[in-house]
Amino acid sequence: MRAFARLMDCLVYTQSRNRKVALLGHYFRSAPDPDRGWALAALTDGVPIRMPLRRMLSDLVSRFIDPVLYRLSRDYVGDTAETVSLLWPDDRVIVPEPPAETRVEADASKPRQLRLALEPRADVPELLAAKIGDNSGELPELSLGAVVAAMANGTTAERTERLGHLLDQLDATGRWALLKLIGGAPRVGVSARLARTALAESYSRDVSEIEEIWHALTPPYLDLFQWLEGNADRPDPGAKPVFRPVMLAHPVEEEDWPRLAPEDFIAEWKWDGIRVQIAARSGDVKMFSRQGDDISAAFPEIRSAFQDQDCVADGELLVMRDGEIAPFNDLQQRLNRKSITAKMMQMYPPHVRLYDLLFDGQEDLRTLPFEDRRARLEAWHAQHHPPLTDVSQLVGFKTFAELGELWSSARAEGIEGLMLKRRAGPYQAGRVKGEWFKWKRAALTLDCVLMYAQRGSGKRSSYYSDYTFGVWKTDDNGDRQLVPVGKAYSGFTDEELLILDKWIRGHTTEAFGPVRAVEPELVFEVAFDAVQSSTRHKSGVAMRFPRIHRIRWDKPAAEADTIESVLKLIGGASSEAAAAAGNPAQTTG
Amino acid sequence: MSSPAPPVDTWLYPVGSGLYCEPGDFYVDPGRKVDRAVITHGHSDHARSGHGAVLATAETIAIMKVRYGEDCAGSFQALAFGETISINGVSVRLVPAGHILGSAQVVIEWARRRAVVSGDYKRAADPTCAPFEVVPCDVFITEATFGLPVFRHEKAAHEAEKLLASLAAEPDRTHLVGAYNLGKCQRMIRVVRDTGYDKPIYLHGGVMALTDLYGKLGIDLGELHAVSESDPKSMRGSIVMCPPSALGDRWSRRFGDPVTAFASGWMRVRGRSRQMGIELPLVVSDHVDWPELIQTIIETEAEEVWVTHGREDALVHYLGSIGKKARALALVGYGEEAE
Repeated sequence: MRAFARLMDCLVYTQSRNRKVALLGHYFRSAPDPDRGWALAALTDGVPIRMPLRRMLSDLVSRFIDPVLYRLSRDYVGDTAETVSLLWPDDRVIVPEPPAETRVEADASKPRQLRLALEPRADVPELLAAKIGDNSGELPELSLGAVVAAMANGTTAERTERLGHLLDQLDATGRWALLKLIGGAPRVGVSARLARTALAESYSRDVSEIEEIWHALTPPYLDLFQWLEGNADRPDPGAKPVFRPVMLAHPVEEEDWPRLAPEDFIAEWKWDGIRVQIAARSGDVKMFSRQGDDISAAFPEIRSAFQDQDCVADGELLVMRDGEIAPFNDLQQRLNRKSITAKMMQMYPPHVRLYDLLFDGQEDLRTLPFEDRRARLEAWHAQHHPPLTDVSQLVGFKTFAELGELWSSARAEGIEGLMLKRRAGPYQAGRVKGEWFKWKRAALTLDCVLMYAQRGSGKRSSYYSDYTFGVWKTDDNGDRQLVPVGKAYSGFTDEELLILDKWIRGHTTEAFGPVRAVEPELVFEVAFDAVQSSTRHKSGVAMRFPRIHRIRWDKPAAEADTIESVLKLIGGASSEAAAAAGNPAQTTG
Repeated sequence: MSSPAPPVDTWLYPVGSGLYCEPGDFYVDPGRKVDRAVITHGHSDHARSGHGAVLATAETIAIMKVRYGEDCAGSFQALAFGETISINGVSVRLVPAGHILGSAQVVIEWARRRAVVSGDYKRAADPTCAPFEVVPCDVFITEATFGLPVFRHEKAAHEAEKLLASLAAEPDRTHLVGAYNLGKCQRMIRVVRDTGYDKPIYLHGGVMALTDLYGKLGIDLGELHAVSESDPKSMRGSIVMCPPSALGDRWSRRFGDPVTAFASGWMRVRGRSRQMGIELPLVVSDHVDWPELIQTIIETEAEEVWVTHGREDALVHYLGSIGKKARALALVGYGEEAE
């Protein structure tokens, strides 16, 4: 636990990507099995332990701290694991064996109350085995394997006791690291992909070699480390569907145009959902995000749609009703869920619009030119037509000017931009230069008034960093009031954050929990990609990708925009755009 | 038989510009210009310029003159620790607060009642100032900068060792130590010296004047050089002290790839150091942490506790739960200066 705690702590304080990779690499190469595998799991897919950790921690913490103080502390620190690790009393740690005479005395007087309460439970023998107890004077060393073993099984009550016992054996950093190990989403500035990249680099491998088998592996990844260390062959995913690294696009810049020949490229709409990869094999179907996260669990419909297929396909996940793409907000309702209700499935029906075919059966198509893969995709889809899918239609053009005209008239719901893909290009992992381009419209902007501010979490805990802003609406009595249209938490610098935080504290009119209402005086120029109708805000509209473009300290709030100017931006050109987009009819299965 | 003493809050209470003592007609640490001010210590949220008359320790007066100029108040009166004076029949005494050089608690007595205004204070050892003294009182008016149980500061010597260990581990990287330019900076230098580091330490222009003053007032800080007058090569692998705001400034780029450290009680919380991009957090504070805060309040045996600024909601709640009468004064403007 000590090496892991040091690693996690250093990662938090390290900005440089290269230094993070070096820290991770050093750990993976020096830590023993299975500890390093559990650490890798914590940094990627999570250690597979299901338990109500937050409730268990409240239970433990309530034994020594008032719930109000705990809530205020949690609110300030912005992270449960860290709050608990800081609040946990240090004096409950297991003391080294007392000298003989005091032991006798203690035995004689009381039934060694303190020590008895802290004695390892008989049902966790691993705990005892794990205590190396090296450096005298320091706390006994606890292995990650022992922690996982202790937390893997038992009732919630039993595991709560064991967890408390484990926390008693560690210092504040160790407690924090332990909770990060078992808590999921550690937020130490390392993405799952970066962790895998560091692992690959530390063994001089390409990260795609790991990514391609990743989803067939299970923690603590003993076989993976065996292979990386040259003691075994690369683990064979067998018949399990696995992720293939995704090909990504560069935004097209002004200076790119002269270098691009229109005849070399195929254009298609960039749909406003999330990019996914579907891997189906032997009745097992997985859907991955473009970072390689498995998001299948939340989309059983898609899994059954591909049940009988054997392929790896690339596409856009959307919510679609009656052939119409629903606003992105609807798709968000289904994301980041471990399971899904029948009602959610009915309200937000998913759909996959296919862009590419990477594998047809066991045949790897990735080396083929895009043009050929596209033909294979169309043929494959015509033959199998899995339900809830269609093929993204191409946009025909002769010149970029012509394409630009088509593009400027398109503001259909669901179109986020235009993709240009080189006809002759193979499917390559990552953002390859000169192959794929995305052509997005310049952002729209509106002047909005700050209404509410909420404290951030993690890196921004205790600062008011999430802003809800509104525009003016004139009601039936002719009174002007602000109605919220969006929420943003990016687009400003750290220095601006400090100034905004101070401004908010000085202009608070009301506070409810972590949220403050402020005087309607500060104007943000907000940039966003589109406006959609929404039931979430009182104004009936919601912005897509809003971010603070500029803080208009100079602008009087009364001169901010009105709801009318926002409404004008909703789908004004949408029917026209749909026509221009040649929106394909939904394929039924 | 004398009549019962009037409650303290009938003669000492917050007004917009600070805590006002009505019978004495003076303010303690007022936030705007007033005729008569008693100043606890030299930090800018407590000591402001432009008052008619200022009563403070000689060190605090010296600090104010360095920061704001010789004429920053109409008149100054220095009061030594332990001396008592009477202002319109109100007895006033200054007692060490242990916060920074010259920092004092203000002990105010009137009508058989005693109130103590703590200013900012700490209980941990600090070789650059006199240690805090507990004064039993009826009303204790305390700060609560770190008034949450998550705050437990480390020992300054331990953090100095951490800094030196990092220097030893990365001898090619300059260690930029952000520390508040009055108090924290000088304390960190002194503690690093006491930990056995005797190489030159370099100073950002923003910490020079007050560090010089500490030297003049008898705090030996060893060999110090101005960054602006030093060869960048000679500073490689050295300790450079600077105000926290300079850490992310263009100024810091001259050091290549420095280790950025920040000495502050806020560094106890990881989120705070990440916000600032700090690589080496040093949990050193000139304020009381939570256990010290509670311990101090209990030791004063005060019947009532008023909280001037900080995380007063948690402290007031906790004191209520252990049966102490407590309330938040919500004085505006305190705690603005970085810790």
